[in-house]
Amino acid sequence: MSEFIMLYRRSPEVSRETMGSPEKAQQTMKKWRAWFKDMTDKGQLKSIGQPLEDAGKVIGKKKSVTDGPYAETKDVIGGYSVIEARDLDEAAKIASGCPVIEAGGLVEVRPVRPLNL
Amino acid sequence: MELEEHLFRREAGRLVAVLTGLFGTQNLALAEDVVQDAFIRALETWKFYGVPKNPSAWLMTTAKRRALDALRRQGTARKFAPEVSRLLESEWTRAPALDAAFDAGGVTDTQLRMMFSCVHPKLPAETQIALILHLLCGFGTDETAAAFLKRPAAMEKRLARAKKTLADSRELFELKGAGDVASRLPAVLRALYLLFNEGYHGASPQTAIRQELCHEAMRLASLLLENPLTTTPPAHALAALMDLDAARLPARRSAGGDLILLVDQDRSLWDKGLIDAGLRHLALAAQGEEMTVYHIEAAIAAEHAAARGIRETDWGAIVSLYETLMRIQPSPVVALNRAIALAQRDGPRAGLEEVGKIADRERLLRYPFYFTAIGEFELRLKNTFKARKAFSTALRLARNPEERRFLQERIARS
Repeated sequence: MSEFIMLYRRSPEVSRETMGSPEKAQQTMKKWRAWFKDMTDKGQLKSIGQPLEDAGKVIGKKKSVTDGPYAETKDVIGGYSVIEARDLDEAAKIASGCPVIEAGGLVEVRPVRPLNL
Repeated sequence: MELEEHLFRREAGRLVAVLTGLFGTQNLALAEDVVQDAFIRALETWKFYGVPKNPSAWLMTTAKRRALDALRRQGTARKFAPEVSRLLESEWTRAPALDAAFDAGGVTDTQLRMMFSCVHPKLPAETQIALILHLLCGFGTDETAAAFLKRPAAMEKRLARAKKTLADSRELFELKGAGDVASRLPAVLRALYLLFNEGYHGASPQTAIRQELCHEAMRLASLLLENPLTTTPPAHALAALMDLDAARLPARRSAGGDLILLVDQDRSLWDKGLIDAGLRHLALAAQGEEMTVYHIEAAIAAEHAAARGIRETDWGAIVSLYETLMRIQPSPVVALNRAIALAQRDGPRAGLEEVGKIADRERLLRYPFYFTAIGEFELRLKNTFKARKAFSTALRLARNPEERRFLQERIARS
Protein backbone atom coordinates (compact mmCIF):
# COMPACT_ATOMS: atom_id res chain seq x y z
CA MET A 1 0.00 0.00 0.00
CA SER A 2 1.22 3.50 -0.80
CA GLU A 3 0.28 6.91 0.46
CA PHE A 4 -1.26 9.61 -1.65
CA ILE A 5 -2.12 13.20 -0.95
CA MET A 6 -5.31 14.63 -2.38
CA LEU A 7 -5.26 18.37 -2.90
CA TYR A 8 -8.71 19.92 -3.28
CA ARG A 9 -8.51 22.75 -5.75
CA ARG A 10 -11.29 25.16 -6.48
CA SER A 11 -11.71 28.80 -7.41
CA PRO A 12 -13.49 31.16 -5.00
CA GLU A 13 -16.29 31.22 -7.60
CA VAL A 14 -16.74 27.48 -7.23
CA SER A 15 -17.11 27.96 -3.47
CA ARG A 16 -19.84 30.52 -4.03
CA GLU A 17 -21.42 28.32 -6.68
CA THR A 18 -21.71 25.34 -4.32
CA MET A 19 -23.29 27.67 -1.82
CA GLY A 20 -25.97 28.90 -4.21
CA SER A 21 -28.65 28.57 -1.57
CA PRO A 22 -28.52 27.45 2.06
CA GLU A 23 -30.16 24.17 1.15
CA LYS A 24 -27.52 23.57 -1.50
CA ALA A 25 -24.81 24.22 1.10
CA GLN A 26 -26.47 21.65 3.31
CA GLN A 27 -26.46 19.09 0.49
CA THR A 28 -22.80 19.78 -0.31
CA MET A 29 -21.88 19.37 3.34
CA LYS A 30 -23.72 16.04 3.48
CA LYS A 31 -21.92 14.80 0.37
CA TRP A 32 -18.50 15.58 1.82
CA ARG A 33 -19.25 13.91 5.14
CA ALA A 34 -20.62 10.86 3.34
CA TRP A 35 -17.57 10.70 1.09
CA PHE A 36 -15.14 10.89 4.02
CA LYS A 37 -17.17 8.28 5.89
CA ASP A 38 -17.13 5.97 2.91
CA MET A 39 -13.33 6.21 2.64
CA THR A 40 -13.00 5.66 6.40
CA ASP A 41 -15.23 2.57 6.27
CA LYS A 42 -13.15 1.13 3.44
CA GLY A 43 -9.93 1.80 5.35
CA GLN A 44 -8.68 4.15 2.63
CA LEU A 45 -8.48 7.37 4.63
CA LYS A 46 -5.13 7.73 6.40
CA SER A 47 -5.78 11.29 7.57
CA ILE A 48 -8.76 13.48 6.85
CA GLY A 49 -6.35 16.41 6.61
CA GLN A 50 -7.13 20.07 7.08
CA PRO A 51 -8.76 23.02 5.36
CA LEU A 52 -6.55 25.90 4.24
CA GLU A 53 -7.27 29.63 4.17
CA ASP A 54 -7.29 31.11 0.69
CA ALA A 55 -5.15 34.09 1.57
CA GLY A 56 -1.47 33.67 2.43
CA LYS A 57 2.00 34.84 1.47
CA VAL A 58 4.22 33.60 -1.30
CA ILE A 59 7.91 33.91 -0.53
CA GLY A 60 10.43 33.86 -3.35
CA LYS A 61 13.95 34.77 -4.23
CA LYS A 62 15.45 38.01 -2.96
CA LYS A 63 13.16 37.57 0.02
CA SER A 64 10.26 38.92 -2.03
CA VAL A 65 7.01 38.32 -0.22
CA THR A 66 3.74 38.65 -2.10
CA ASP A 67 0.18 38.17 -1.09
CA GLY A 68 -0.97 34.93 -2.48
CA PRO A 69 -1.17 32.11 -3.12
CA TYR A 70 -1.73 33.14 -6.69
CA ALA A 71 -4.26 35.88 -7.05
CA GLU A 72 -4.53 35.32 -10.79
CA THR A 73 -4.79 31.54 -10.62
CA LYS A 74 -8.22 30.00 -10.89
CA ASP A 75 -7.63 27.10 -8.57
CA VAL A 76 -6.69 27.59 -4.97
CA ILE A 77 -5.97 24.64 -2.69
CA GLY A 78 -8.82 24.62 -0.20
CA GLY A 79 -7.55 21.67 1.80
CA TYR A 80 -5.94 18.25 1.65
CA SER A 81 -6.38 14.67 2.81
CA VAL A 82 -4.10 11.64 2.90
CA ILE A 83 -5.24 8.27 1.56
CA GLU A 84 -3.80 4.81 1.10
CA ALA A 85 -4.10 2.92 -2.17
CA ARG A 86 -2.40 0.17 -4.13
CA ASP A 87 -1.28 2.45 -6.92
CA LEU A 88 -1.91 5.82 -8.53
CA ASP A 89 -4.79 4.43 -10.61
CA GLU A 90 -6.62 3.22 -7.55
CA ALA A 91 -5.94 6.52 -5.75
CA ALA A 92 -7.31 8.43 -8.74
CA LYS A 93 -10.38 6.25 -8.69
CA ILE A 94 -10.97 7.04 -5.04
CA ALA A 95 -10.45 10.74 -5.72
CA SER A 96 -13.00 10.69 -8.54
CA GLY A 97 -15.77 10.44 -5.94
CA CYS A 98 -14.86 13.78 -4.40
CA PRO A 99 -17.79 16.23 -4.25
CA VAL A 100 -15.54 19.16 -5.26
CA ILE A 101 -15.48 17.76 -8.81
CA GLU A 102 -19.26 17.99 -9.18
CA ALA A 103 -19.03 21.61 -8.15
CA GLY A 104 -16.50 22.42 -10.87
CA GLY A 105 -13.30 22.05 -8.83
CA LEU A 106 -10.44 19.58 -9.20
CA VAL A 107 -8.68 16.99 -7.10
CA GLU A 108 -4.96 16.63 -7.58
CA VAL A 109 -3.66 13.24 -6.46
CA ARG A 110 0.07 12.96 -5.79
CA PRO A 111 1.93 9.88 -4.57
CA VAL A 112 3.96 10.53 -1.46
CA ARG A 113 7.53 9.60 -2.36
CA PRO A 114 8.92 7.12 0.15
CA LEU A 115 12.50 7.19 1.39
CA ASN A 116 13.44 3.87 -0.16
CA LEU A 117 12.30 2.92 -3.59
CA MET B 1 -22.31 15.61 15.35
CA GLU B 2 -24.83 15.04 12.62
CA LEU B 3 -25.98 17.97 10.56
CA GLU B 4 -29.51 18.90 11.57
CA GLU B 5 -32.04 19.00 8.68
CA HIS B 6 -32.36 22.43 7.06
CA LEU B 7 -29.89 23.97 9.54
CA PHE B 8 -28.41 26.35 6.97
CA ARG B 9 -31.80 27.42 5.72
CA ARG B 10 -33.06 28.32 9.17
CA GLU B 11 -29.85 30.08 10.16
CA ALA B 12 -29.84 32.03 6.89
CA GLY B 13 -33.23 33.50 7.77
CA ARG B 14 -32.07 34.53 11.24
CA LEU B 15 -28.73 35.96 10.18
CA VAL B 16 -29.99 37.89 7.16
CA ALA B 17 -32.68 39.47 9.34
CA VAL B 18 -30.25 40.50 12.07
CA LEU B 19 -27.67 41.93 9.68
CA THR B 20 -30.32 43.78 7.67
CA GLY B 21 -31.66 45.21 10.90
CA LEU B 22 -28.19 46.54 11.58
CA PHE B 23 -27.14 47.65 8.10
CA GLY B 24 -30.52 48.96 6.90
CA THR B 25 -32.71 47.52 4.13
CA GLN B 26 -30.74 49.37 1.44
CA ASN B 27 -27.79 47.13 2.37
CA LEU B 28 -29.72 43.86 2.18
CA ALA B 29 -27.34 42.56 -0.48
CA LEU B 30 -24.37 43.19 1.84
CA ALA B 31 -26.15 41.25 4.59
CA GLU B 32 -26.77 38.36 2.20
CA ASP B 33 -23.12 38.38 1.10
CA VAL B 34 -21.89 38.28 4.68
CA VAL B 35 -24.14 35.32 5.42
CA GLN B 36 -23.01 33.52 2.30
CA ASP B 37 -19.37 34.05 3.27
CA ALA B 38 -20.04 32.66 6.73
CA PHE B 39 -21.69 29.60 5.18
CA ILE B 40 -18.78 28.99 2.83
CA ARG B 41 -16.44 29.07 5.81
CA ALA B 42 -18.69 26.68 7.71
CA LEU B 43 -18.82 24.29 4.80
CA GLU B 44 -15.09 24.25 4.22
CA THR B 45 -14.25 23.95 7.90
CA TRP B 46 -16.91 21.48 9.02
CA LYS B 47 -16.27 19.01 6.26
CA PHE B 48 -12.87 18.34 7.81
CA TYR B 49 -13.55 18.80 11.51
CA GLY B 50 -17.20 17.75 11.64
CA VAL B 51 -20.21 19.79 12.72
CA PRO B 52 -19.46 21.72 15.93
CA LYS B 53 -21.52 21.14 19.07
CA ASN B 54 -23.40 24.38 18.69
CA PRO B 55 -23.51 25.07 14.96
CA SER B 56 -25.86 28.07 15.33
CA ALA B 57 -23.45 29.82 17.67
CA TRP B 58 -20.53 28.98 15.37
CA LEU B 59 -22.32 30.50 12.38
CA MET B 60 -23.35 33.55 14.35
CA THR B 61 -19.80 34.24 15.57
CA THR B 62 -18.45 33.74 12.08
CA ALA B 63 -21.10 35.99 10.55
CA LYS B 64 -20.26 38.64 13.14
CA ARG B 65 -16.58 38.45 12.25
CA ARG B 66 -17.34 38.58 8.52
CA ALA B 67 -19.60 41.56 9.12
CA LEU B 68 -16.78 43.38 10.93
CA ASP B 69 -14.42 42.62 8.03
CA ALA B 70 -16.96 43.87 5.52
CA LEU B 71 -17.51 47.06 7.48
CA ARG B 72 -13.79 47.69 7.79
CA ARG B 73 -13.36 47.21 4.07
CA GLN B 74 -16.22 49.39 2.93
CA GLY B 75 -17.81 50.97 5.97
CA THR B 76 -17.13 54.55 4.95
CA ALA B 77 -18.12 53.97 1.33
CA ARG B 78 -21.59 52.84 2.28
CA LYS B 79 -24.54 54.67 3.64
CA PHE B 80 -26.00 53.24 6.80
CA ALA B 81 -28.76 54.65 8.96
CA PRO B 82 -27.37 57.67 10.88
CA GLU B 83 -27.64 56.16 14.35
CA VAL B 84 -26.06 52.90 13.19
CA SER B 85 -23.49 54.79 11.15
CA ARG B 86 -22.04 56.36 14.26
CA LEU B 87 -21.65 52.97 15.91
CA LEU B 88 -20.22 51.30 12.84
CA GLU B 89 -17.73 54.05 12.07
CA SER B 90 -15.61 53.53 15.12
CA GLU B 91 -13.56 50.44 15.70
CA TRP B 92 -14.46 50.66 19.42
CA THR B 93 -18.22 50.63 19.10
CA ARG B 94 -18.52 48.32 16.09
CA ALA B 95 -18.12 45.01 17.94
CA PRO B 96 -20.48 45.92 20.81
CA ALA B 97 -23.07 47.12 18.26
CA LEU B 98 -22.87 43.76 16.52
CA ASP B 99 -23.07 41.87 19.82
CA ALA B 100 -26.21 43.76 20.77
CA ALA B 101 -27.84 43.00 17.42
CA PHE B 102 -27.09 39.30 17.78
CA ASP B 103 -28.38 38.77 21.30
CA ALA B 104 -31.15 36.21 21.66
CA GLY B 105 -34.17 38.48 22.10
CA GLY B 106 -32.87 40.71 19.33
CA VAL B 107 -32.80 37.85 16.86
CA THR B 108 -36.49 37.00 17.28
CA ASP B 109 -37.57 40.63 17.18
CA THR B 110 -35.57 41.38 14.06
CA GLN B 111 -37.09 38.38 12.32
CA LEU B 112 -40.52 39.77 13.18
CA ARG B 113 -39.53 43.18 11.84
CA MET B 114 -38.30 41.51 8.66
CA MET B 115 -41.63 39.68 8.33
CA PHE B 116 -43.52 42.95 8.67
CA SER B 117 -41.20 44.57 6.13
CA CYS B 118 -41.89 41.80 3.62
CA VAL B 119 -45.63 42.49 3.62
CA HIS B 120 -45.01 45.96 2.20
CA PRO B 121 -48.34 47.39 0.96
CA LYS B 122 -46.80 48.14 -2.45
CA LEU B 123 -46.12 44.45 -3.06
CA PRO B 124 -48.69 41.95 -4.33
CA ALA B 125 -49.58 39.17 -1.88
CA GLU B 126 -47.74 36.47 -3.80
CA THR B 127 -44.55 38.55 -3.87
CA GLN B 128 -44.86 39.16 -0.14
CA ILE B 129 -44.94 35.43 0.51
CA ALA B 130 -42.10 34.78 -1.92
CA LEU B 131 -40.01 37.37 -0.10
CA ILE B 132 -40.81 35.79 3.26
CA LEU B 133 -39.76 32.37 1.98
CA HIS B 134 -36.60 33.78 0.47
CA LEU B 135 -35.45 36.10 3.26
CA LEU B 136 -36.86 34.53 6.42
CA CYS B 137 -36.88 30.87 5.52
CA GLY B 138 -33.61 30.89 3.58
CA PHE B 139 -35.14 29.47 0.39
CA GLY B 140 -32.87 30.08 -2.60
CA THR B 141 -34.28 31.69 -5.72
CA ASP B 142 -34.81 28.29 -7.35
CA GLU B 143 -36.59 26.84 -4.33
CA THR B 144 -38.78 29.92 -3.99
CA ALA B 145 -39.62 29.70 -7.68
CA ALA B 146 -40.52 26.02 -7.26
CA ALA B 147 -42.81 26.83 -4.33
CA PHE B 148 -44.83 29.10 -6.61
CA LEU B 149 -44.51 27.04 -9.79
CA LYS B 150 -42.65 29.90 -11.44
CA ARG B 151 -39.55 29.90 -13.61
CA PRO B 152 -36.37 30.74 -11.63
CA ALA B 153 -35.51 33.68 -13.91
CA ALA B 154 -38.96 35.22 -13.41
CA MET B 155 -38.72 34.71 -9.66
CA GLU B 156 -35.26 36.27 -9.58
CA LYS B 157 -36.59 39.40 -11.27
CA ARG B 158 -39.56 39.57 -8.98
CA LEU B 159 -37.42 39.19 -5.85
CA ALA B 160 -34.96 41.82 -7.07
CA ARG B 161 -37.79 44.31 -7.61
CA ALA B 162 -39.24 43.50 -4.20
CA LYS B 163 -35.86 44.04 -2.55
CA LYS B 164 -35.71 47.49 -4.15
CA THR B 165 -39.06 48.29 -2.58
CA LEU B 166 -37.69 47.26 0.81
CA ALA B 167 -34.53 49.30 0.21
CA ASP B 168 -36.63 52.45 -0.23
CA SER B 169 -37.79 52.19 3.38
CA ARG B 170 -34.11 52.13 4.48
CA GLU B 171 -35.00 50.50 7.77
CA LEU B 172 -36.76 47.34 8.82
CA PHE B 173 -40.35 47.98 9.85
CA GLU B 174 -40.53 49.27 13.41
CA LEU B 175 -42.61 47.32 15.93
CA LYS B 176 -42.81 49.76 18.78
CA GLY B 177 -46.49 50.13 19.46
CA ALA B 178 -49.88 48.56 18.86
CA GLY B 179 -50.46 50.96 15.96
CA ASP B 180 -47.41 49.67 14.02
CA VAL B 181 -48.57 46.12 14.57
CA ALA B 182 -52.20 46.73 13.64
CA SER B 183 -51.27 48.31 10.31
CA ARG B 184 -49.56 45.23 8.96
CA LEU B 185 -50.34 42.21 11.18
CA PRO B 186 -53.37 41.19 9.05
CA ALA B 187 -51.12 41.05 5.98
CA VAL B 188 -48.50 39.01 7.87
CA LEU B 189 -51.16 36.54 9.03
CA ARG B 190 -52.57 36.29 5.54
CA ALA B 191 -49.13 35.61 4.03
CA LEU B 192 -48.42 32.84 6.56
CA TYR B 193 -51.90 31.40 6.01
CA LEU B 194 -51.39 31.28 2.24
CA LEU B 195 -47.93 29.77 2.68
CA PHE B 196 -49.38 27.05 4.88
CA ASN B 197 -52.18 26.34 2.41
CA GLU B 198 -49.76 26.16 -0.47
CA GLY B 199 -48.03 23.33 1.40
CA TYR B 200 -51.22 21.67 2.61
CA HIS B 201 -53.07 21.47 -0.69
CA GLY B 202 -51.19 23.42 -3.26
CA ALA B 203 -51.20 22.92 -6.98
CA SER B 204 -47.66 21.58 -7.30
CA PRO B 205 -47.15 19.23 -10.26
CA GLN B 206 -44.69 17.11 -8.26
CA THR B 207 -46.56 16.38 -5.10
CA ALA B 208 -49.89 17.11 -3.45
CA ILE B 209 -48.51 17.89 0.02
CA ARG B 210 -45.38 19.91 0.69
CA GLN B 211 -44.85 19.57 4.42
CA GLU B 212 -41.83 21.84 4.51
CA LEU B 213 -43.93 24.83 3.45
CA CYS B 214 -46.39 24.00 6.25
CA HIS B 215 -43.56 23.72 8.75
CA GLU B 216 -42.02 27.03 7.73
CA ALA B 217 -45.39 28.77 8.07
CA MET B 218 -45.85 27.22 11.52
CA ARG B 219 -42.37 28.23 12.62
CA LEU B 220 -42.92 31.85 11.60
CA ALA B 221 -46.36 31.90 13.24
CA SER B 222 -44.77 30.71 16.47
CA LEU B 223 -42.34 33.66 16.29
CA LEU B 224 -45.35 35.98 16.29
CA LEU B 225 -46.43 34.42 19.57
CA GLU B 226 -43.07 35.15 21.18
CA ASN B 227 -43.63 38.90 21.14
CA PRO B 228 -46.40 40.39 23.30
CA LEU B 229 -47.20 43.01 20.65
CA THR B 230 -47.91 40.42 17.96
CA THR B 231 -49.58 37.88 20.23
CA THR B 232 -53.14 38.78 19.26
CA PRO B 233 -56.25 36.55 19.23
CA PRO B 234 -56.16 36.29 15.40
CA ALA B 235 -52.50 35.19 15.61
CA HIS B 236 -53.55 32.48 18.08
CA ALA B 237 -56.40 31.51 15.77
CA LEU B 238 -53.99 31.11 12.88
CA ALA B 239 -51.63 29.02 15.02
CA ALA B 240 -54.61 26.88 16.10
CA LEU B 241 -55.69 26.34 12.51
CA MET B 242 -52.20 25.33 11.42
CA ASP B 243 -51.65 22.97 14.37
CA LEU B 244 -55.03 21.27 13.98
CA ASP B 245 -54.68 20.84 10.23
CA ALA B 246 -51.05 19.75 10.45
CA ALA B 247 -52.06 17.14 13.04
CA ARG B 248 -53.81 15.26 10.22
CA LEU B 249 -50.80 15.30 7.87
CA PRO B 250 -49.44 11.89 8.97
CA ALA B 251 -52.77 10.30 7.98
CA ARG B 252 -53.21 12.12 4.68
CA ARG B 253 -50.89 9.88 2.75
CA SER B 254 -50.65 6.10 2.73
CA ALA B 255 -47.37 4.22 3.08
CA GLY B 256 -47.39 3.95 -0.70
CA GLY B 257 -47.79 7.72 -1.02
CA ASP B 258 -51.46 7.75 -1.98
CA LEU B 259 -53.76 10.56 -0.91
CA ILE B 260 -56.31 9.61 1.71
CA LEU B 261 -59.50 11.64 2.15
CA LEU B 262 -60.61 12.68 5.61
CA VAL B 263 -63.42 10.09 5.51
CA ASP B 264 -60.94 7.23 5.12
CA GLN B 265 -58.14 8.46 7.38
CA ASP B 266 -56.79 6.35 10.22
CA ARG B 267 -57.38 8.77 13.06
CA SER B 268 -54.94 7.03 15.37
CA LEU B 269 -52.21 8.52 13.15
CA TRP B 270 -53.27 12.08 13.94
CA ASP B 271 -50.70 13.94 15.98
CA LYS B 272 -52.10 14.24 19.51
CA GLY B 273 -49.51 16.78 20.59
CA LEU B 274 -50.41 19.12 17.76
CA ILE B 275 -54.13 18.70 18.43
CA ASP B 276 -53.61 19.69 22.07
CA ALA B 277 -51.46 22.67 21.08
CA GLY B 278 -54.08 23.70 18.53
CA LEU B 279 -56.90 23.52 21.06
CA ARG B 280 -54.88 25.61 23.51
CA HIS B 281 -54.36 28.27 20.86
CA LEU B 282 -58.04 28.15 19.93
CA ALA B 283 -59.01 28.85 23.55
CA LEU B 284 -56.64 31.84 23.62
CA ALA B 285 -57.98 33.01 20.25
CA ALA B 286 -61.46 33.30 21.74
CA GLN B 287 -60.42 36.23 23.95
CA GLY B 288 -60.81 38.91 21.32
CA GLU B 289 -63.85 40.49 19.78
CA GLU B 290 -62.71 40.07 16.22
CA MET B 291 -63.91 36.96 14.37
CA THR B 292 -61.50 36.07 11.60
CA VAL B 293 -61.45 33.42 8.90
CA TYR B 294 -58.73 31.72 10.97
CA HIS B 295 -61.07 31.42 13.95
CA ILE B 296 -63.72 29.67 11.90
CA GLU B 297 -61.37 27.41 9.99
CA ALA B 298 -59.69 26.46 13.27
CA ALA B 299 -63.08 25.72 14.81
CA ILE B 300 -63.90 23.44 11.87
CA ALA B 301 -60.58 21.64 12.26
CA ALA B 302 -61.28 21.33 16.01
CA GLU B 303 -64.62 19.64 15.26
CA HIS B 304 -62.82 17.03 13.18
CA ALA B 305 -60.11 16.61 15.81
CA ALA B 306 -62.68 16.03 18.54
CA ALA B 307 -64.64 13.38 16.62
CA ARG B 308 -63.87 9.67 17.01
CA GLY B 309 -64.84 8.96 13.44
CA ILE B 310 -66.71 10.24 10.44
CA ARG B 311 -70.08 9.09 11.89
CA GLU B 312 -69.45 10.69 15.26
CA THR B 313 -68.57 14.04 13.67
CA ASP B 314 -70.94 16.90 14.40
CA TRP B 315 -71.66 17.73 10.74
CA GLY B 316 -74.41 20.15 11.75
CA ALA B 317 -71.89 22.28 13.61
CA ILE B 318 -69.51 22.13 10.66
CA VAL B 319 -72.20 23.16 8.17
CA SER B 320 -73.06 26.18 10.28
CA LEU B 321 -69.36 27.12 10.63
CA TYR B 322 -69.07 27.04 6.84
CA GLU B 323 -72.14 29.26 6.68
CA THR B 324 -70.41 31.79 8.93
CA LEU B 325 -67.34 31.54 6.71
CA MET B 326 -69.53 32.23 3.66
CA ARG B 327 -70.72 35.44 5.34
CA ILE B 328 -67.21 36.69 6.19
CA GLN B 329 -65.38 35.57 3.09
CA PRO B 330 -67.60 33.99 0.47
CA SER B 331 -65.93 31.92 -2.24
CA PRO B 332 -66.96 29.01 -4.45
CA VAL B 333 -64.42 26.76 -2.67
CA VAL B 334 -65.97 27.53 0.72
CA ALA B 335 -69.41 26.87 -0.77
CA LEU B 336 -68.17 23.54 -2.10
CA ASN B 337 -66.82 22.56 1.32
CA ARG B 338 -70.14 23.52 2.84
CA ALA B 339 -71.92 21.27 0.33
CA ILE B 340 -69.61 18.38 1.24
CA ALA B 341 -70.37 18.85 4.96
CA LEU B 342 -74.06 19.11 4.15
CA ALA B 343 -73.93 15.80 2.26
CA GLN B 344 -72.44 14.19 5.36
CA ARG B 345 -75.31 15.56 7.42
CA ASP B 346 -78.27 15.17 5.01
CA GLY B 347 -77.05 12.65 2.46
CA PRO B 348 -75.49 12.76 -1.02
CA ARG B 349 -78.64 13.98 -2.79
CA ALA B 350 -78.67 17.12 -0.63
CA GLY B 351 -74.99 17.55 -1.41
CA LEU B 352 -75.60 17.40 -5.15
CA GLU B 353 -78.43 19.91 -4.92
CA GLU B 354 -76.23 22.26 -2.91
CA VAL B 355 -73.38 21.99 -5.43
CA GLY B 356 -75.83 22.96 -8.17
CA LYS B 357 -76.66 26.13 -6.28
CA ILE B 358 -73.08 27.40 -5.86
CA ALA B 359 -72.76 30.95 -7.16
CA ASP B 360 -69.77 31.48 -9.49
CA ARG B 361 -69.71 27.75 -10.11
CA GLU B 362 -67.77 28.39 -13.34
CA ARG B 363 -64.78 29.33 -11.21
CA LEU B 364 -64.61 25.74 -9.98
CA LEU B 365 -64.51 24.21 -13.43
CA ARG B 366 -60.72 23.89 -13.35
CA TYR B 367 -60.61 22.62 -9.76
CA PRO B 368 -60.30 18.82 -9.66
CA PHE B 369 -61.90 18.51 -6.23
CA TYR B 370 -65.12 20.06 -7.50
CA PHE B 371 -65.66 17.10 -9.82
CA THR B 372 -64.26 14.71 -7.20
CA ALA B 373 -66.99 15.84 -4.78
CA ILE B 374 -69.70 15.34 -7.43
CA GLY B 375 -68.24 11.90 -8.20
CA GLU B 376 -68.33 10.94 -4.53
CA PHE B 377 -71.99 12.00 -4.20
CA GLU B 378 -72.99 10.08 -7.34
CA LEU B 379 -71.05 7.04 -6.20
CA ARG B 380 -72.89 7.04 -2.90
CA LEU B 381 -76.16 7.29 -4.83
CA LYS B 382 -75.00 4.24 -6.83
CA ASN B 383 -75.07 6.26 -10.07
CA THR B 384 -71.87 4.62 -11.17
CA PHE B 385 -72.00 5.96 -14.72
CA LYS B 386 -72.30 9.57 -13.58
CA ALA B 387 -69.71 9.00 -10.86
CA ARG B 388 -67.20 7.65 -13.37
CA LYS B 389 -67.85 10.59 -15.67
CA ALA B 390 -67.21 13.11 -12.87
CA PHE B 391 -64.04 11.32 -11.71
CA SER B 392 -62.78 11.22 -15.31
CA THR B 393 -63.25 14.98 -15.63
CA ALA B 394 -61.43 15.43 -12.33
CA LEU B 395 -58.63 13.19 -13.57
CA ARG B 396 -58.06 15.44 -16.57
CA LEU B 397 -57.70 18.41 -14.20
CA ALA B 398 -55.51 16.60 -11.65
CA ARG B 399 -52.29 18.44 -10.90
CA ASN B 400 -49.89 15.81 -9.60
CA PRO B 401 -49.33 12.04 -9.53
CA GLU B 402 -51.02 11.62 -6.14
CA GLU B 403 -54.23 13.25 -7.33
CA ARG B 404 -54.13 11.18 -10.53
CA ARG B 405 -53.60 7.88 -8.70
CA PHE B 406 -56.37 8.75 -6.27
CA LEU B 407 -58.83 9.43 -9.10
CA GLN B 408 -57.83 6.38 -11.12
CA GLU B 409 -58.57 4.29 -8.07
CA ARG B 410 -61.96 6.03 -7.71
CA ILE B 411 -62.80 5.33 -11.36
CA ALA B 412 -61.85 1.68 -10.94
CA ARG B 413 -64.12 1.45 -7.91
CA SER B 414 -67.16 3.06 -9.54
